[in-house]
Amino acid sequence: MRVNFTVNGRQQEADDVWEGESLLYVLRERMGLPGSKNACEQGECGSCTVRLDGVPVCSCLVAAGQVQDREVVTVEGLADYAKHREDSHPGGACGSVCGGTSLQEARQWQARPADRVTDGQTGEGGELSPIQQAFIDAGAVQCGFCTPGLLVAADELLERNASPSDADIREALSGNLCRCTGYEKILDAVRLAAARQEETV
Amino acid sequence: MAGTKTTTGAPTEVTQKHNKGGIGESTLRPDGTLKVTGEFAYSSDMWHEDMLWGQTLRSTVAHAEIVSIDTVEALKTPGVYAVLTYDDLPAEMKNYGLEIQDTPVLAHGKVRHHGEPVALVAADHPETARRAAAKIVVEYKELPVITDEASATAPDAVLVHEGRTDEYIEHVPHPNIVHNQPIIRGNAEEAAKKADFIVKGEYTFGMQDQAFLGPESGLAVPAEDGGVDLYVATQWLHSDLGQIAPVLGLPEEKVRMTLSGVGGAFGGREDISMQIHACLLALRTGKPVKIVYNRFESFFGHVHRHPAKLYYEHGATKDGKLTHMKCRIVLDGGAYASASPAVVGNASSLSVGPYVIDDVDIEAIALYSNNPPCGAMRGFGAVQACFAYEAQMDKLADKVGMDRVEFRQLNAMSQGTLLPTGQPVDSPAPVAEILRRVKARPMPPERQWESSEGADVRALPGGLSNTTHGEGVVRGVGYAVGIKNVGFSEGFDDYSTAKVRMEVINGEPVATVHTAMAEVGQGGITVHAQIARTELGVQQVTINPADTQVGSAGSTSASRQTYVTGGAVKNSCELVREKVLEIGRRKFGSYHPAWATAELLLEGGKVVTDGGETLADLAELLEGETVEVEAEWRHRPTVAFDKKTGQGNGHVQYSFAAHRAVVEVDTELGLVKVIELATAQDVGKALNPLSVVGQIQGGTTQGLGVAVMEEIIVDPKTAKVRNPSFTDYLIPTILDTPTIPVDVLELADPNAPYGLRGMGEAPTLSSTPAVLAAIRNATGLELNRTPVRPEHLTGT
Repeated sequence: MRVNFTVNGRQQEADDVWEGESLLYVLRERMGLPGSKNACEQGECGSCTVRLDGVPVCSCLVAAGQVQDREVVTVEGLADYAKHREDSHPGGACGSVCGGTSLQEARQWQARPADRVTDGQTGEGGELSPIQQAFIDAGAVQCGFCTPGLLVAADELLERNASPSDADIREALSGNLCRCTGYEKILDAVRLAAARQEETV
Repeated sequence: MAGTKTTTGAPTEVTQKHNKGGIGESTLRPDGTLKVTGEFAYSSDMWHEDMLWGQTLRSTVAHAEIVSIDTVEALKTPGVYAVLTYDDLPAEMKNYGLEIQDTPVLAHGKVRHHGEPVALVAADHPETARRAAAKIVVEYKELPVITDEASATAPDAVLVHEGRTDEYIEHVPHPNIVHNQPIIRGNAEEAAKKADFIVKGEYTFGMQDQAFLGPESGLAVPAEDGGVDLYVATQWLHSDLGQIAPVLGLPEEKVRMTLSGVGGAFGGREDISMQIHACLLALRTGKPVKIVYNRFESFFGHVHRHPAKLYYEHGATKDGKLTHMKCRIVLDGGAYASASPAVVGNASSLSVGPYVIDDVDIEAIALYSNNPPCGAMRGFGAVQACFAYEAQMDKLADKVGMDRVEFRQLNAMSQGTLLPTGQPVDSPAPVAEILRRVKARPMPPERQWESSEGADVRALPGGLSNTTHGEGVVRGVGYAVGIKNVGFSEGFDDYSTAKVRMEVINGEPVATVHTAMAEVGQGGITVHAQIARTELGVQQVTINPADTQVGSAGSTSASRQTYVTGGAVKNSCELVREKVLEIGRRKFGSYHPAWATAELLLEGGKVVTDGGETLADLAELLEGETVEVEAEWRHRPTVAFDKKTGQGNGHVQYSFAAHRAVVEVDTELGLVKVIELATAQDVGKALNPLSVVGQIQGGTTQGLGVAVMEEIIVDPKTAKVRNPSFTDYLIPTILDTPTIPVDVLELADPNAPYGLRGMGEAPTLSSTPAVLAAIRNATGLELNRTPVRPEHLTGT
């Protein structure tokens, strides 16, 4: 079958999709977007978390056909998504209007230049969202396999709750497994992103 | 679509520029930006134009003769390019293995455990490959299963491996025992007479899974020269290479391996998984083949931590001094040897723990059985022993009537103490001090779950299941401490290789580091860049991808990589520095007498004297020059343990951590909430403090997992795995994991580079027994097995 949907603001068309394919498979193997991860493919680990019309979902549990005419944001589009949100609604939380990119905006989307330079350290030169930068700065990344899903989930948390308590953070991220960090530095990262977000308001 | 390039996801070099950022600084990961943008390519992200997908058919029974395999229907499936069985293996060599080559690439006439690879399929879509594999008909004739020591060593026991010719068969008491290691020192029998109190205990340790998140995966690309290019996630490229090439019938230089992004390891990638299978399919079809396990298959695709039975006897005098220890540790190695012999060596030689006991009688064995194969996992034999000896310490302290921490401190080893192997501990061993530190920490507040709006269920046992608002909840506190060896022991030639280059690029001195070290998330590449900055005085360092074009780095395991490959990078940097200074003397030596007389350093892009005087700019000195060194580096040699007495200087270095666990237990439902896991650890020198703390917290959490939730359940009647999924095998979530305050000590080991101590495993040891001790403290139950499940607490 053919599936038309919007990914990170860009209209996409996937052909020859087998009915049993997941959104995760289509993103990774057909769209060239392997950032969403395949740690369990059974909805338990959260490593494949994406926004589907603004709602965080495990893309391994979404059948590809379900995303027809809908909008998906993956970790690859997170920086642009956060920037767009900040531009239109400074200060973070913005309710339902943040639920993705309109089709009109999507048509104006342009790929980032391929030679985009990052120095591999602080992200200077690249554009990172606050939560991405905070994960690097706080040491929340080790092997990094859980990181994309956690970033999407944590960004969504900060979108609806600009200053979450530790219990709020734990609850919001409880669907994302990490095997390396013991989660302490992930908590640090979310606190750091929230604090930086407050400073800029 | 992924574009016009033929391969995507091949690893690239990473470059990092820093003003400071030498050793001791918390510099950030060079791969951090790639990892937070989703651009970092893991082994499962590899893609090649025209590639096929490989699928493994695995045995549905644990122990059986294979009567027949029918692949006709599978081969007929449209989209299928190849189906391979044992009969298709191309070389004389058809087995592999870390120490003993006892593992068939594909089952030959017999399967020895549930999930053993029997056949392979390559197809143009992963689902096609899966469906084709399901059409392969294998007829099994089931055999009786060996599942424990009694069934393994019964007089009429079926042999898991007949006709063993490995080096261990000479001394083992039974062919279903992979290896046994006795350690005898002093006279435990005599010393027991001095004991006022004797404590005996029998302990059970469940089978833990590494549960790294990035599944086993990779891409094999056939090459024009008849060889193959293999991109995989592993812990040791060269060890894989030595096992892969012979079964492909290729010389090692025709199997070119590159490390892809690794999504965690924890010991589970020491053994081969899909490497050989992908190469076989690629060479057979002439097409690139990608294999990616799903989580279900991953549980069968790697070895686990050995489950164990441990029998201990300790004695103590009434003033609290330990008199003797006897123990017997039975590790279940499962169907294939994997790392079992070395795990036996660790379990036996570290069975006393970080205590002074002169009279010991020890034996550790590993069984062959039809349970899932077990091998390396973080802590490697020392974890199981620590669980048991720390339970014993609490029981003894109670009998003597001493505080449990004071009892440990009274018997704690220190620098100079002899291990049961007779080897002196020749660097700081601050065992009493790390215990003091965790004990001195303020306690988390009582009734921490109370808030102004009533009970916050998220902070209570049962969490969001809303099972209690504090009724029936009891707090407990427990302590534990452990000792882990660092590096490969028992006479292994444990070396690493580093290639370091220095040159001028765009007017700036730049260092490039190339090793075969597997970066599995631990941050080894961060540290390599730091070492290069410290030793060579540059800001910019490029880390090349790890591959087999450079010499072996040894394994990313045994807490050894910062020590050994870090040591190799330091050594190669020093050799590069000597060459740079030679060039300087040649070019500028006549300008200043200090070139000949002073101690010279490379700092801030300059050659300076130890007095701080600048002699030359590196950019100027290196103009038109490239300095490159590839060199091997070794730590102090070790020797094998004596087969009968276990004596010998078998270890390189030790690592110590202590934990204090505070738990709250819902005694009515048997639910446990760990409130805090405070820890203190000596790391010798923290090369990157941020990463050190991250390792300690991560290791602590894996210990927590096997205390209260993680266990692979194997049916004792059929030896089949019952819970191969993250739905049924639970690892700690962020809600299960408490605050983990970390106290890092830095007491230098004079024998190690920068005084550092390998530190990745020690926190996994003491975390488990500390949590168990806290649960015992809360409930008054004996709890001699881990993990603890609700029914163990409620007795239902």
